[in-house]
Amino acid sequence: MDFELDQDQQMLAKTVADFAKNESPVERFRKLRDDDVGYDSAVWTHMGELGWLGVPFPESVGGFGGGFVECAIVLEKLATTLVPEPYLASVVLGGLTLLRAGNDAQHAAYLTPMIEGDTTLALAYSEAQSRHDVTAVGTTATPDARGYRLSGKKVWVLNGHNADHLIVSAKAPGGVTLFVVPRDAKGLTVTVAKTIDGHKAAFVELQDVIVTEDARLGAEGSGAAVLDRTIDYAAAGAVAEAVGITTTMLHMTIDYLGTREQFGAKIGSFQALQHRAVDMYAEVELLRSISMASMVRADDDDDDARRSDVSAAKYQLATGGIWVAQQSLQLHGGIGATDEHDIGLYFKRMYALNALFGDEEHHVARFAADPSFVEAYT
Amino acid sequence: MNLTFTEEEEAFREEVRTWIQAAMPEEMREKADGEGHFTPEDSAEWHRILYEKGWVAPHWPKEFGGTGWDAARRFIFSEEMEMAGAPQLSSFGLSMVGPLIINHGTDAQKKRFLPKILSAEEFWCQGYSEPSSGSDLASLRTTAEDAGDHFIVNGQKTWTSYAQFADWIFCLVRTDPSVKKQAGITFMLIDLKSPGVEVKPMLTLGHTPAFCDTFFDNVKVPKENVVGGINNGWTMAKALLGHERTLLAMIGPSRHTLVKLKRIAATRLVNGRPMLEDPVWRAKIARLEMRFRAHLMVSYRALAEQQKGRMPGPESSILKLVGTKLIQEITELCMEVMGENSLTWYNHDVVPAVEESIGPYFCYERAATIYGGSNEIQRNVIAKMILQLPSS
Repeated sequence: MDFELDQDQQMLAKTVADFAKNESPVERFRKLRDDDVGYDSAVWTHMGELGWLGVPFPESVGGFGGGFVECAIVLEKLATTLVPEPYLASVVLGGLTLLRAGNDAQHAAYLTPMIEGDTTLALAYSEAQSRHDVTAVGTTATPDARGYRLSGKKVWVLNGHNADHLIVSAKAPGGVTLFVVPRDAKGLTVTVAKTIDGHKAAFVELQDVIVTEDARLGAEGSGAAVLDRTIDYAAAGAVAEAVGITTTMLHMTIDYLGTREQFGAKIGSFQALQHRAVDMYAEVELLRSISMASMVRADDDDDDARRSDVSAAKYQLATGGIWVAQQSLQLHGGIGATDEHDIGLYFKRMYALNALFGDEEHHVARFAADPSFVEAYT
Repeated sequence: MNLTFTEEEEAFREEVRTWIQAAMPEEMREKADGEGHFTPEDSAEWHRILYEKGWVAPHWPKEFGGTGWDAARRFIFSEEMEMAGAPQLSSFGLSMVGPLIINHGTDAQKKRFLPKILSAEEFWCQGYSEPSSGSDLASLRTTAEDAGDHFIVNGQKTWTSYAQFADWIFCLVRTDPSVKKQAGITFMLIDLKSPGVEVKPMLTLGHTPAFCDTFFDNVKVPKENVVGGINNGWTMAKALLGHERTLLAMIGPSRHTLVKLKRIAATRLVNGRPMLEDPVWRAKIARLEMRFRAHLMVSYRALAEQQKGRMPGPESSILKLVGTKLIQEITELCMEVMGENSLTWYNHDVVPAVEESIGPYFCYERAATIYGGSNEIQRNVIAKMILQLPSS
């Protein structure tokens, strides 16, 4: 048993953390909030050059042959200053889906350019009433002489407003199937929506979008299993990000308690606030610890083992993590409730992460539905 | 990063598990699976069985009777002991005063006391708290007056758990009232058979015979019974607290009680089906189990550090805080799942044996957030030592 990062991983963590601190302070995210895209494609290309976009992918597709742990390291460190580039959307949701579902030609066409930082990806899997169920797909893929005809509506597609390629889930005759669709495909309409955390997402409407057979990832009906894995990756990624965010919020709060004076004393000397801070620290460490389990387990092919730890981690994000976000804001007092102060930006990102990839109730139910939860006792 | 035990470690686990199954007397195993009210005699019997196997003090250095296991094996060993529901051994000798004597005692003290702790010939208890000195331990008023080659001790210690079954007590006493309160305290070992010692047991909330008051009336204590030097007792007390913190993570009790919780929920019906299959109840149980997993990972991190020969990181400071709250929540949910059966109090064959064990245990563990430094005191310490928040 070993929780320590190896040398390469430590180096990666340090490089990304330094980048976040020096080259992308929160100020940069603030400026880009009002931008149409919301991030900088030159920075994305730079990340590609540094190899960050390829950490979880094999060398055969241009990656660096790491695992999800490396991905989680990048996400955690980028989150410390709310770096806005779409790492979670493009590398995790888009990239890892393509990796598992695509063939060599599709990897070369869509995955490698993303790894190099030339393009970005998005995963269009969610629908208005699907609520974390990747099999609840109303979008249809009707076989057509030219390939398939896709029709339907996708919601809250992260980075869908700017991605070069969307991966779309649709019901084909053989079941839920994934297709790669260029964002500029005929019949595809993107409506940009702003998100609570200062990013952009897309509502995507497909009206008889024609795709060829080459656009289909894997066999008909293979999509749900791939999406199931992807969403676990994304949930573990969200947790890693939440570790970066809550750790930062805790530090900001401790700093504030150590400087702000009221009643002639530093407010951090008041026992009520000290105890709150300690409880926040406990929740952050619980989150960090279970995050380590979930980032390792995310790569595990054993469904039960993977789901248990990923769900336990996402549950801790939803409970302890969200509580830390709330208390950080509360302990900052009035200034915490303004847009001017950064604490609220982190707060809002936590709520976005909370809502994505399975909320608290979803993961409680999934954890409890695991056969091993009951088997030994009945 | 690697979150699994090695093949050798898993093989060791199997060896331990098999041995426990064979070594535990039938009656003890029935108790473990059922009502689970182990007496101090049960605990002493299990202590002697482990002693004969050479496994009673895995955490002691080998030269003093330890097993020479690394941190992972020690952890696996205690996990298996807890999973088997084996009686808990009295920790005052094995985990508290024993290690303190090993680290700070004289050679004579090591020779005199350690072998008898191992062999269960002598049991120990702890004399820290006093009626007016709980969280503010340093304000203690039991005095030890210098009388040449010995001290004369007078005062009262409380929460001296299991003193009625103990042979010795380790105490914090005031040897110098003229200096700052922490600086005038001495750590000493007192024979409970000394004239002038009186032990008065009192029941815990769980009606287990744990707590006691212990009175000292002109008790003669030889000077050679001081550990760590006169007026150095506060340093000794702090050294001991470090040991206690990981002891109180409650990993074993939580895991064991979660199993009991599910066993109970699998047999009790709600709307005609087992509660364990009811979504609402199932979710309540799942939440605690997920919390336990996160807590377990914190303790694994501490373990991994020890495995590398390092001190556990600052995050281990939360183990007592989180673990004691968790065991309370688990026992509370057991009570809730039992419904009206939670009314039972030391009956036989009224409710299933596993349910009979819950009420007293639930009551007893209310003390978990109080003993070993109350959770409020823990927060004070973490705020100051780890978060480095300003003092008032």
